[in-house]
Amino acid sequence: MRLDEQTRRDFPILERAVNGRALVYLDSAASSQRPRIVIEAMSRHYERTHANVHRSIHTLGEEATELYEAARDRVQRFLGAACREEVVLTRGTTDGLNLVADAIGHTLRAGDEILITEMEHHSNIIPWQMAARWSGAVVRAIPLGPEATLDLEALERLLTSRTRVVALTHISNVLGTINPVSEICSRARAVGALSVVDGAQAAPHLPIDISSLQCDFYAFSAHKMLGPTGIGVLWGRREVLDSLEPTRGGGEMIKEVWVERADWNDLPWRFEPGTPPIAEAVGLTAAIEYLEKIGMESVAAHESRLAREAVNALAAVPGVTVHGPPAERPRGAVVSFSVAGLHPHDVAALLDAEGIAVRAGHHCAQPLMRRLGVVGTSRASFSVFNSPEEVQTLVSAVAGLSTAL
Amino acid sequence: MTALPRAVGADSSAGSAGAPGPGGGPGGGRRDPLTLYSDVIRQRWRRPRWRGELPDANAVAEDVNPLCGDRVRVMLRLDDGTIRAARFLGDSCAICTAAADVLAERIEGRPSASPAVETLDLLEALGADIRPSRMRCVTLPLSVLHKALGASHAAR
Repeated sequence: MRLDEQTRRDFPILERAVNGRALVYLDSAASSQRPRIVIEAMSRHYERTHANVHRSIHTLGEEATELYEAARDRVQRFLGAACREEVVLTRGTTDGLNLVADAIGHTLRAGDEILITEMEHHSNIIPWQMAARWSGAVVRAIPLGPEATLDLEALERLLTSRTRVVALTHISNVLGTINPVSEICSRARAVGALSVVDGAQAAPHLPIDISSLQCDFYAFSAHKMLGPTGIGVLWGRREVLDSLEPTRGGGEMIKEVWVERADWNDLPWRFEPGTPPIAEAVGLTAAIEYLEKIGMESVAAHESRLAREAVNALAAVPGVTVHGPPAERPRGAVVSFSVAGLHPHDVAALLDAEGIAVRAGHHCAQPLMRRLGVVGTSRASFSVFNSPEEVQTLVSAVAGLSTAL
Repeated sequence: MTALPRAVGADSSAGSAGAPGPGGGPGGGRRDPLTLYSDVIRQRWRRPRWRGELPDANAVAEDVNPLCGDRVRVMLRLDDGTIRAARFLGDSCAICTAAADVLAERIEGRPSASPAVETLDLLEALGADIRPSRMRCVTLPLSVLHKALGASHAAR
């Protein structure tokens, strides 16, 4: 049975109609939908086990702590991480990237260089600009090469002994390009730079083996991988995490506090001040369990098939330009396209009238939009519940757009 | 689309979009593409009559819609307290382009101190079902107009 036929009924929201049509949800790259077991796991937690975690010496507190820490163990296994201390639970990818940019930023000095790429999401640009602004470091970018890849020859030139950080996306949220993370991170390490990977579009889509990626940090969000909003993961290599000072203070991140000083808590709690997203951690566990039951290889195969079909079929529509790597190249579960003579927001509005949800605009990647020479794009993205028929529905609707305005 | 030079000091105050409504609920009513985009929007999107350069403009402003990156520039020729001519340029969607076109048409001949065109006037002229998520497409040209008039006022 096809994956979407197995999974579709698990997603209650797919039962609703939009504008009189069956909902065709093609915006999982922005936020996916949740299977019933995730929603139920969170409800059950609120109905049965909720209390604050860690210093609660009562039954509910102990149960909630166990559930919260179980999420960390589940993430550790999901990533193949060496130890649970490397898994910091955050509020999402943006939060994780800000955390690491803050912490590394405090170690930067004037003249140091931060290397990003031209295809980054703003959340892997702005935190580095902020770190650069107060440290005097400089932000540079690996430019786009041919066929929506990164220009690795330029990397050779850009990566120097001044480079302290290389921050890049695993999969572009616009192009779908899968970047050679392990190669770039190995080269970063060779010059003594730390590497930070935005995994927001990859962790929901591909099997991740964190040690083979060669990076020092890897950030992603639960809500793009069938889990709840408000929680994410920052994986950090233990010795690097250990070497960084926390930049956010509060309860839980300390061991002992005096009026004028404090001792930090152990990893990973040192980087988790305040009450964490507890019910969300329960939801994250359920989402990972759901994905692992399917198998991440099957998830990747299904979504890649849909993306490839969409690329081929959309490219055959007169007036449609598909952005990103050629169809035969590996790509993530996103397909961005432009329709001649139509603004991406009008494309999205007209598709919405047909019950089809796509994202449109700059996708928080304005440097990339400038490079592509467009104001924005329309983007279809896929998840386990999407079907080849939905791709066809999208393509037929796009083909009808040229006469719509 | 006309490419515009980079905005100088573009700010992001393009009016308030308001919170999106709860949607149609399960099985919500059909949204007809024909009411989504009125004939006025279609015509002004295809052939905007007030789009173009205004070489002798003496009040110019430009701004972006932070939601979508749309950019609109409004150019005015002010003379003796009156808006003698108005033109716009934009990398913008159909709704924004149509709103800018209606706005430019309406303000020509009006006093620069109070051109008296408001969001409601534009919505009425466009005659379409503009949803909260697209409201900024309508208000962006208006806020750029006020920016241009404000700057010219301050210069004097």
